[in-house]
Amino acid sequence: MAIFSVYVVNKAGGLIYQYDNYVPRAEVEKTFSFPLDLVLKIHDEKVVVSFGQRDGIRVGHAVLSINGVDVNGKLFAIGSQLSPEVGSSGIEMLETDMFKLHCFQTLTGIKFIVLADPRQSGVDGLLRKIYEIYSDFALKNPFYSLEMPIRCELFDQNLKSALEIAEKAGTFGPGS
Amino acid sequence: MSRQSNRTTDSKKMNSELFTLTYGALVTQLCKDYENDEEVNKQLDKMGYNIGVRLIEDFLARSSVGRCHDFRETADVIAKVAFKMYLGITPSVTNWSPAGDEFSLILESNPLVDFVELPDNHSTLVYSNLLCGVLRGALEMVQMAVDVRFAQDTLRGDNVTEIRMKFIKRIEENLPVGDE
Repeated sequence: MAIFSVYVVNKAGGLIYQYDNYVPRAEVEKTFSFPLDLVLKIHDEKVVVSFGQRDGIRVGHAVLSINGVDVNGKLFAIGSQLSPEVGSSGIEMLETDMFKLHCFQTLTGIKFIVLADPRQSGVDGLLRKIYEIYSDFALKNPFYSLEMPIRCELFDQNLKSALEIAEKAGTFGPGS
Repeated sequence: MSRQSNRTTDSKKMNSELFTLTYGALVTQLCKDYENDEEVNKQLDKMGYNIGVRLIEDFLARSSVGRCHDFRETADVIAKVAFKMYLGITPSVTNWSPAGDEFSLILESNPLVDFVELPDNHSTLVYSNLLCGVLRGALEMVQMAVDVRFAQDTLRGDNVTEIRMKFIKRIEENLPVGDE
C-alpha cells in the first residue's frame, strides 16, 4: 500500500482522526476516537512504536509522545523554529528513506497529515481532497462537534475511496 | 465545485423557495417558542454562528482563496466569492470607516426574505439575523473577531438591506503556528 496513514489534528494539537492503511490488524486500525486524557497514553505508545521502525524521525516523535494533548501542536511549533526560513508556517513535508510525511494546515488551524511511500505522487491533491471530505462528511454532520474525534461512517468510507483512487493514480512503482 | 460521484452530481440545485420556506418555518417556530423578539434574534445569531464555523471549512476547501492580508480583502472575498457561492447574490461593499475597520454590505435582494412581511408585533425582530451569526462564526475560525449587525432591513421599511461589519481584533491565541 503506498499510502500508509492519514491523521487529522485539531487546532489545540489533539489527534481527532487516525487511519492506518498498512497495518491490517483490526484492533489497531480504528482506534481514533478517545477522550483526550486517559486513553491517549496508550495511543501515544502505539504511535511511537509505529514510528520507531523508521529512522531519522525519532526527535520529532519523541515530542509527540510526551506531550499528551499538545501532540502535533508541539511538533509543528518545533518544526517552524527548526526551519532555516524565517516565518515558516510549520512542517509541510518530512522525507525519510522509508516514507514521506506530508502535512497540510488549513487557515483555521486543522492539520491533515498523510504518510505515504516516497514514490507516491499527487499527495497534495489528496490532502486537498481529504479537506473537502472533512468539510462534507464531518462538518456537515450536525451531530459532529468541532474539535472532537471524528466518528462518522461516511467520512471513513469516503476517505478510504479517496485513498484508493490516489494510490491507483499516483504511484510509479514497478508493475503499475 | 466538484462533488463525490456517490452524490447526485446534477441536482445541487434545490428549489430556493423550499429554502425560504424552511427558514421561515424556523423563525416562526422560534417566535412561538421564545415569544420575545430579542431572544429570537439571539437564537438566530447562535444558530448562524454554528453554521458559520462549519461553513468556513467548506468555503476554504472549495474556493482557492488564501489568507486575506487586510480587512478590505476580507470584505471583497465575502461579497464577491462567499455570498455568490452560497446565496447566489453579490452584495456591494461600501461605507468604509476612515480607519478602514468597518464597512457595509448592501444587499439588493435577500433570498431568505422572499415573500416575507413582518407583522407589527414583531417590529424588533431581525429576521435574517442568522446571516450575522454565520459571518461572525466563519471569521472567528480564521482568527478575526468581528461585530456584525443589520443597519438597514427592507423588512422594516428601509430601501435596502445593509449589513454593517466591524473588525474588532485578531484572535491571537488560536493562531496556527507560523502565521503572523
